[in-house]
Amino acid sequence: MDQFILQILNGLDKGSAYALIALGLTLIFGTLGVVNFAHGALFMLGAFVAVTVSRLLTLSHKVVDETRTDFLGNPLQVDVPYIYDLFGQTTGDAIIDWAVPISIVVAIPVMVLIGFAMERGLIKHFYKRPHADQILVTFGLAIVIQEIVKYFYGANPIPTPAPDAFIGSFDFGVILGFDPNQIIYPYWRLVYFFFSVFIIGAVFAFLQFTTFGMVVRAGMADRETVGILGIDIDKRFTVMFGIAAAVAGLAGVMYAPINSPNYHMGMDFLVLSFVVVVVGGMGSLPGAVAAGFMLGVLESFASMSQVIDILPGINQIIIYLVAIIILLTRPRGLMGRKGVMEE
Amino acid sequence: MLGLEKKDFRLLLIVIGLTLFAPFLLNPFPEGSEMAQFNAGYPDLMQRFVIFGIFAIGFNILFGLTGYLSFGHAAFLGAGSYGAVWMFKLLSMNVLPAIAISVVIAGLFSLLIGYISLRRSGIYFSILTLAFAQMSFALAYSVLTPITGGETGLQLALDDPRIFGAAQTASGNIPVPALFGLEMRSSYELELGSWLFTFNTGYYLAALFMVLSFYISIRIFRSPFGMMLRAIKSNQTRMSYTGLNSKPYTLAAFVISGMYAGLAGGLMASMDPLAGAERMQWTASGEVVLMTILGGAGTLIGPVLGAGMIKYFENIFSKINETILHGWFAFLPDGLENFVVAMIYPFIGKGWHLTLGLVFMMVVIFLPGGLVQGGQKIAALVRRKKPEDAKPNATEPAE
Repeated sequence: MDQFILQILNGLDKGSAYALIALGLTLIFGTLGVVNFAHGALFMLGAFVAVTVSRLLTLSHKVVDETRTDFLGNPLQVDVPYIYDLFGQTTGDAIIDWAVPISIVVAIPVMVLIGFAMERGLIKHFYKRPHADQILVTFGLAIVIQEIVKYFYGANPIPTPAPDAFIGSFDFGVILGFDPNQIIYPYWRLVYFFFSVFIIGAVFAFLQFTTFGMVVRAGMADRETVGILGIDIDKRFTVMFGIAAAVAGLAGVMYAPINSPNYHMGMDFLVLSFVVVVVGGMGSLPGAVAAGFMLGVLESFASMSQVIDILPGINQIIIYLVAIIILLTRPRGLMGRKGVMEE
Repeated sequence: MLGLEKKDFRLLLIVIGLTLFAPFLLNPFPEGSEMAQFNAGYPDLMQRFVIFGIFAIGFNILFGLTGYLSFGHAAFLGAGSYGAVWMFKLLSMNVLPAIAISVVIAGLFSLLIGYISLRRSGIYFSILTLAFAQMSFALAYSVLTPITGGETGLQLALDDPRIFGAAQTASGNIPVPALFGLEMRSSYELELGSWLFTFNTGYYLAALFMVLSFYISIRIFRSPFGMMLRAIKSNQTRMSYTGLNSKPYTLAAFVISGMYAGLAGGLMASMDPLAGAERMQWTASGEVVLMTILGGAGTLIGPVLGAGMIKYFENIFSKINETILHGWFAFLPDGLENFVVAMIYPFIGKGWHLTLGLVFMMVVIFLPGGLVQGGQKIAALVRRKKPEDAKPNATEPAE
């Protein structure tokens, strides 16, 4: 039983990342009808926003510390972050410590702008072209974004720690009445899970309860009619692209402490997220989210040693296997809408 | 000639000529000169040109003709490599059985995957092939280690059985792949003045296979079967309304292109007898997509050009470093020199992928028919004809 709960918890954090990326992909697909292979790159860019913010916060200048000396007996030079000069040492330390959560504030406008630029600059011209062309051009764009990031940040993963308060693990077992140390779970992953649930909830609420969201939903169902009614649906869809980019970016920002960002992390997630979208059903937002969590949990169950003993290697292929089975038995995916992307 | 129209036969002759004289054509600069680093006429790279050419020709039969975009073709190349290395381990170091088995294995493998994946089309087909390829990669990397060698890859060993050949040479080394005693790595070097030309056995074997593959691909393009495949691309619904079942045709195209990939994999293993799981990764599949589109999907010669160009850039451009750049622009004033170098450097050397990505995007956006279409446009401009006049000669560009 404790094993069971532990695997569900383990699956949830990866599942949250899949769900967030898949949600963005589906938003873009459902609104603009574009298959965006550069979405993983947006996730990666988000993680690098976190890296950049934490680097900016620790920008420092040299100050001679008279009280201490180096091994030659000269006064020691110490690096003092500019942030100390502004806020004093204790507040400064706290700000640096909380770099990743602070990056969220930075990431939202940055990612929305990147999303706008992408949509207006490139994707716009591909609405009428075949899906194969959309895949190809966004695939090329993903390569370009990756290489630019690699040029500025190098090829090695950059550790970006979570705030100290969230380092360490949470003992779930005690709460649920098991022995201590049976079910322990890192705090940050818990934060990640709740964060993604919050974001997903926010996106759904935005679509469900605002006039803007209502128009977008109407546009997803029947773009032409909404256009005929005199609504500039293209503009709203561009906004949705920005929102989708921001969702991917936020997923990336918060993922930075879990997995040190490197320039190809986006590609690794992209393939899986596409599988998630297809399993959930192209164009279905709840489907994407549900499939994201489901596949994350399935993946972690498949990595249990008991399962691997029976079916070796199953943890490596479970997601693809599920995708293949679902695609062949339920062509529209779990919750796919009728008429979306049918041949 | 050979069942080809005059125009196609001329194209085939050009390809034969280019591959035959490649050691000369790719080494235009004298040894030791400033430009010698642009020489591509060394065996390893020439082999890669033709092997990836075969891979791309095969991919083009599927994507260029039917429009089905597979993101999993590297799996067949990987399977072919494994098959070939196993033949080296078990049977003998002769390359012919190895190449034969690699084609057969890749064919069977693609029959299985194609049969399942082709039940869907469009983006779903791409995702299915991607999923299968990633699965093969993950399995080859982990569970199938006894067959695939896992992380280290499959390598030859001194205690391999090799029933029809020596397990080890007289000097106690692992034997090298050969064609009836003709070693693949052996080369004849010709020195003409300060030029050095290398004629490599392995290259010529691979080139022979490429010319054959090219010939078969022309025949497929011009056959009624090829016409059917094109019909699938232009309007599959209409085709099924006329009472034709498109599945056997697409499956045949898929298996043929899988066998081409297997052939490429077998040749790759023959040149260098080891096989690793990373050959099956989806980025490797992405590479062949890049090659085909860059050259021109749906054209005969395009994929070969694309493969050659990408491999050339990968091997030659990526070697240019900052020092060499400074050497080139040394004639400029210092400040300007540094500026120019700083502007160019991100795009070459280690950053050549950036250039590749940009060029690829440009091609997809402005030249859906790839470099071949670009060439045709330029030719039409030069001849001061309207592009419409040149069209009938051109092969169909991609969608």
